[in-house]
Amino acid sequence: MSQDEAVLPGGAIEGARKAGGKVNPLWTFGLLRSELLTTFRRWRTLALLAVLAAVPILVGIAVKIETGDGGSMGGGGPQGGGPAFISQITNNGLFLVFTALAATLPFFLPMAIGVIAGDAIAGEANAGTLRYLLVAPAGRSRLLLTKYATTMAFCLVATLVVAISALTVGALLFPLGELTTISGTRISFAEGLGRALLIALVVAASLIGVAALGLFVSTLTNSGIAAMATTVGLLITVQILDQIPQLHALQPYFFSHYWLSFADLMREPVYWDDLVKNLGIQGLYAAVFGSAAWARFTTRDITA
Amino acid sequence: MEELPDTVIATQALTKRYRGGQLAVDGLDLTVPAGSVFGFLGPNGSGKTTTIRMLMGLIEPTAGSARVLGQPMPRSARAVLPHVGALIEGPALYGFLSGRDNLLRYDAADPTADPRTRRTRVAAALDRVGLTAAAGKKAKAYSLGMKQRLGLAAALLQPRRLLVLDEPTNGLDPQGMREIRSLIRELASDGTTVFLSSHLLDEIEQVCTHAAVMAQGRLITQGVVAELAAGVRGRLVVTTPDAGEAARVLKEQGAGDVVVIDDRVTAEPPDRDLADVNAALVKAGVRVRGFGVERASLEDAFVALTGEGFDVAG
Ligand SMILES: Nc1ncnc2c1ncn2[C@@H]1O[C@H](COP(=O)(O)OP(=O)(O)O)[C@@H](O)[C@H]1O
Ligand SMILES: [Mg+2]
Repeated sequence: MSQDEAVLPGGAIEGARKAGGKVNPLWTFGLLRSELLTTFRRWRTLALLAVLAAVPILVGIAVKIETGDGGSMGGGGPQGGGPAFISQITNNGLFLVFTALAATLPFFLPMAIGVIAGDAIAGEANAGTLRYLLVAPAGRSRLLLTKYATTMAFCLVATLVVAISALTVGALLFPLGELTTISGTRISFAEGLGRALLIALVVAASLIGVAALGLFVSTLTNSGIAAMATTVGLLITVQILDQIPQLHALQPYFFSHYWLSFADLMREPVYWDDLVKNLGIQGLYAAVFGSAAWARFTTRDITA
Repeated sequence: MEELPDTVIATQALTKRYRGGQLAVDGLDLTVPAGSVFGFLGPNGSGKTTTIRMLMGLIEPTAGSARVLGQPMPRSARAVLPHVGALIEGPALYGFLSGRDNLLRYDAADPTADPRTRRTRVAAALDRVGLTAAAGKKAKAYSLGMKQRLGLAAALLQPRRLLVLDEPTNGLDPQGMREIRSLIRELASDGTTVFLSSHLLDEIEQVCTHAAVMAQGRLITQGVVAELAAGVRGRLVVTTPDAGEAARVLKEQGAGDVVVIDDRVTAEPPDRDLADVNAALVKAGVRVRGFGVERASLEDAFVALTGEGFDVAG
């Protein structure tokens, strides 16, 4: 490694020095920039984001029509003890954000992550572009880290797309204002907005586990489609197993088990127990499947 | 400063057995001198691509070792590969990106490539392969020849010390082949070492200074192209309407392996002055239209070395 260059904060210095010119360690981030641009310019990515943006619109319109008829929304969240946010939407459009996140977190969001993560390495292998990235040379660890960072960026963007779409629709169709927490206390709209942002970040972080799993699957095969299908299949399987009482002992280790704990951020005071467990599980999945992906990808024969 | 002639690629007993059990490369000892245009010749399935994958660090050798630009591969991939441009098993592109954006992406993948000069270098590479006009088109709309040229452009994004080109003319029409070959000659004349794999004998003969011949994963021979062929004697060719009589006379004169095809009689030249052989033909009343020795081709060398024909169709 180059000793005569200042080590920039957080910048890993890697790569060979060219015979004549100096190699700037920051150049290593060129790949991340390219990866982000490539991912977010893809038609497929935009289609996934469009589907996610459509969910709050549909929910908002449905609620508006239901209540417009004079009926009242039945209580009960989407599933598994989920919060009863939906009944509050007509009072306050901000609740559409919580409702939409609760509605997309069990399936739509992780499915979109599964598509992006599953395709990350396998898709490049499938197209043959992987070998050219590697002889560029992208470096296997660097490429994997770049792919992981991009998948995380997609988790965040996807969640924010749902939240912002919900906020816009909520503001257009329903009144905004002070809101009541699950514990019954009143908080200002500004604080409610702050909590909504925090919830969006927690929801995005809840997807880290699926992202790591998908990336690992992606290093196992040369078929992007197979990797995507496997990841989404695992997602559905885990969601089903999480409902079976006999598997009680295993369930705390499922990446989706504490997903709906984000609702605890709407309590006063905030109930942190399950939130922390959720983030812990996500960290565990990231560590385990991240290492597995690294071990696999750095030793694998690239013949595609 | 005098140095021994540099070796750009050196392998020792390089061996690859794929997971399926297929022994694709078997104890390969290859030496590619700096500045050469090195032809890596072999029929389909003879292990050329497998060798190149090992040289580029894409797959791990089962046994043996490989050095590229003096450094061990795949261990030194990060140091070596920025100096190497490669086209492996045909081009691979992002169909949804334009030709230019494809190159920008591949360049961004190289951590030693200066982003400040990226656009200029991409433009220069596009220009070099004649794709400037099509640079903004989506790569999926490119013809095979254009894809191949874009792949070459990716190999030319930086000044390289070595170009590894795996069957770069595969699937192209004669015009496309000519274009790529003249581009390769041009690149080689700049002093870049070119390692060119091909299953086409005439391609290697036309373009290369050195060659190695592979068959079924084994190295048959390697060396200077002219010497490989020179090791095999040329054939005596007589063109005449009196082919039968000519064949009889040639045998009489000590020529071996006499073959008659229509009005062409070929044979291994006897160990005597060919002027006398010609005189004998004329004296016997053979009407000679043409008389001469054909230079041995690489194909003759291949046949002589392997005892079998070069199966071009593979
Ligand atoms: N990924 C692979 N897995 C198993 N066998 C392979 C693989 N790639 C190539 N082979 C086999 O290895 C041998 C050499 O192939 P290859 O190196 O592609 O030859 P060439 O490039 O000279 O046509 C062939 O018999 C081929 O079938
Ligand atoms: Mg091949």
